[in-house]
Amino acid sequence: MISEKEISNKEVVQEVYRLINENSHLNAFVTLNEESSIKKAQDLDNNPSDCSLAGIPIAQKDLFCTKGLRTTCGSKILDNFVPPYSATVIENLENADCISIGKTNMDEFAMGSSNETSYFGNVHNPWGDKLVPGGSSGGSASAVAAGIVPAASGTDTGGSIRQPASLCGITGIKPTYGRVSRWGMIAFASSLDQAGPMARTVEDCAMLLNEMCSHDNKDTTSLDEDIPNFEENLNQSLNGRKIGVVKDLDLSSLDNSVLKVYENSLKEYVSLGAELVDISLPNLSLSVPTYYVVAPAECSSNLSRFDGVKFGRRSENPKDLEELYIQTRTEGFGDEVKRRILIGSYVLSAGYYDAYYKKAQQVRRLIKKDFDEAFSNVDVIMTPTTRGPAFEMGSKGSDPIQMYLEDLFTISANLAGLPAMSLPNGSIDNKPIGLQIIGNFLKESTILNFGHMYQTKTNWHMYTPEGLKQ
Amino acid sequence: MSWETVIGLEIHAQLSTKSKLFSGGSTEFGAESNTHVDLVDMGLPGVLPVANKEAFYKAIRFGLATGAEINQVSSFDRKNYFYPDLPKGYQITQMTKPIVEKGSIKVSTDNGEKIINITRAHLEEDAGKSIHDLFEGETGVDLNRAGTPLLEIVSEPEISSAKEAVAYFKAVKQLVTFLDICDGNMAQGSMRCDVNVSIKKSGDKELGTRAELKNINSFKFIEKAINYEIERQIRVIENGESVVQETRLYDSEKNETRSMRSKEEANDYRYFPCPDLLPVVISDKELKEIKDSLPELPEQKEHRYISEIGLEESEAKIISSSKTMANMFEGASRKTDDTKLVAKWLVGDVSALLNKDNIEIDESNLSPENFGKLIERITDNTISGKIAKSVLEEIWKSGSDVDNIIESKGLVQIQDESLLEEIANKIVGSNPNQVEAYKGGKEKLFGFFVGQVMKETQGKANPKSVNEILKKILG
Repeated sequence: MISEKEISNKEVVQEVYRLINENSHLNAFVTLNEESSIKKAQDLDNNPSDCSLAGIPIAQKDLFCTKGLRTTCGSKILDNFVPPYSATVIENLENADCISIGKTNMDEFAMGSSNETSYFGNVHNPWGDKLVPGGSSGGSASAVAAGIVPAASGTDTGGSIRQPASLCGITGIKPTYGRVSRWGMIAFASSLDQAGPMARTVEDCAMLLNEMCSHDNKDTTSLDEDIPNFEENLNQSLNGRKIGVVKDLDLSSLDNSVLKVYENSLKEYVSLGAELVDISLPNLSLSVPTYYVVAPAECSSNLSRFDGVKFGRRSENPKDLEELYIQTRTEGFGDEVKRRILIGSYVLSAGYYDAYYKKAQQVRRLIKKDFDEAFSNVDVIMTPTTRGPAFEMGSKGSDPIQMYLEDLFTISANLAGLPAMSLPNGSIDNKPIGLQIIGNFLKESTILNFGHMYQTKTNWHMYTPEGLKQ
Repeated sequence: MSWETVIGLEIHAQLSTKSKLFSGGSTEFGAESNTHVDLVDMGLPGVLPVANKEAFYKAIRFGLATGAEINQVSSFDRKNYFYPDLPKGYQITQMTKPIVEKGSIKVSTDNGEKIINITRAHLEEDAGKSIHDLFEGETGVDLNRAGTPLLEIVSEPEISSAKEAVAYFKAVKQLVTFLDICDGNMAQGSMRCDVNVSIKKSGDKELGTRAELKNINSFKFIEKAINYEIERQIRVIENGESVVQETRLYDSEKNETRSMRSKEEANDYRYFPCPDLLPVVISDKELKEIKDSLPELPEQKEHRYISEIGLEESEAKIISSSKTMANMFEGASRKTDDTKLVAKWLVGDVSALLNKDNIEIDESNLSPENFGKLIERITDNTISGKIAKSVLEEIWKSGSDVDNIIESKGLVQIQDESLLEEIANKIVGSNPNQVEAYKGGKEKLFGFFVGQVMKETQGKANPKSVNEILKKILG
């Protein structure tokens, strides 16, 4: 429509801000970028760009530093932080002439699976006002699901793109660790964090991924590998392709309705010509405990810089340096963040390091090895993304372990550094749910291909809270 | 009872790279506060470190020069603690896999040469500076230094006296400056050290409890701090108490060490591998290139000076003791054939002037070219040694060119034999008493006549010619 000049870029952007206002109850945004977005849209109207994503309004997770635009990471301690630079991901998208509409709400420092840990309040799921959108990229998921924006950026440390995508009925992909530069992403757990796109369809995600990925000299963990055109193989036939079905996955805790949705998807793939192959990931059950040692350990160190000395919030009138640190961090961080800093500091302490952190890293290598072996036989691995559809706010608040188990199926891909995607594959009590497709190292194209072929045969991705979208 | 002292040094040498260890920030000293600080140095949210290979190359030079093992795959760890001038709340250092391990260095002590083993030398980033005296009731933070690459050189506890510790530090300083990896400027903090000191009964195998003396940055203070600490520990033990493992601060004004924190209060640094940095790999090719580019080291120079040039051992030692002296010697030697005379002057008159002014040779007005020319003017008989001394003094003051000084002051030696004969005859003629005494056997008076001629010629006469002429006249 934009390219045929039926509607101007400026009108699109203005419509986005109207929708944000109309949906303000979702609390999906923390900070808006209205003035400069409208200006950029006008510029694009005056000087049309030939980038394929030109003028696309995109909501940016508030974890990416944006030059001159407040970046809070969902935390009180950064509620006044305006970065002097932009993340590489943001620059890549903006260089492709996408328009950064605003910054989306999220669990504080990306620690949470329900968006209930944000200093800026819960994000609501457009599928039901009492429902959580998932987390930590809950604001991004909610904004896309509500049709406010066609696309959003997210980050995924243990499932933070895929789990909210599943709970909000949209598509989201976490690329291979190192595909997307981490420069300018406020670190939660450096060895696990990876940014990726969230949108309605696999095809849209592929287009976004083309722009987001880059080799970046400013991030030594960024991969110096060729980046394929992710749209190229979307329509490749699945005839004879192999899907790994994890036989040692404990599905007994899952509701029958969830299992049924999952099994229906596998049948759909068989009808697309794919073959189901039982595979074994013997150490998969160790993913959650391993993750909850590695991630808190790294976060306890990554979050040390928030000390009230150089940027962000500082406690008023401390009597000495120690009190400045203690009060600033006590006031600035929420409970979940504090809990993880405590766990992380503990597992790194002298005398405990070998028993926890070192052991967890060893288990991590075993998990990676399991995947390596599995992928020698199959093209992709499929699991449900989540244990169920969106749950009600407050329903898991008192027991952090219940919340941690939300990431049961997603965490292993982060530990192994593999690309993984969630796409809508069903509905339970009119609440969407997602299918997870995990790919081998650097095989984003393969999972996008599997995902896209599914979306050519099904229309789960076209359902919105108002009904089937045409 | 007699006591033995056991000392180990941790020397921090600032590597002379242009940019910082993990950022493009400049490492220049003395800039206005917080002007040499980039996003990474500030530890802003979302920034990432990128390791500076140049720092690795410099560390490897040190490793090769001390015969150490080079870990071609080395990694970084985080050392976590809170301090205002530590922007990230952790320091990136090499705990588990340092770039350099197991080297050694030869140190000259009063009891001859001694080998001190070096446990490891690892790379780490420096912190910023806290400024306590600039703002009333507040502390300022200057992050210019934050992220500057340091090579921490850790010795084995094999040093047995304060003097030996200083000799070891001097040897390390000499080496790093020869290798061109650190400017060795202690006043600017380019080299500083922590000292671990313990004592034990003579002959005991087991080490005593050690105290760590923090951040000392001059030879004088190292010696004083260690000696104070040894006496303190002996006093403690002889009073029936025991030494506590702790960190102590040396107060140079009071000449004493004071407890900073005990082992119980010490930080748990919660070391773990830095997830932002991949292990750094040095290829065989890189290693070979570094090996091939190593300069001649002090010991090799000393040997060459003795065996090839024929210098006295004492001269060779002094000249090879610092890079600047060696540069002066070698630079000057390119201007004249009489390199032995260069050495003699460098160790003699030049060193005397250095001592008098208490400066290093590169801080003086003397350039190697000018110095070499000075020696050449002695050997080609343009000036006498005596005149040369006054020329040297003039250079010392003004830095002027040797030939300009000689010309403008009219110092060229009188080569005209007939003129010298005329002067000599005049002197002999006007001192009949001395001539008589000389001829009567008082041969020492010969010097008197030479002196008079020299005086008459304002030192410009060639002493050798004067001798010959006078001998002829006096018979």
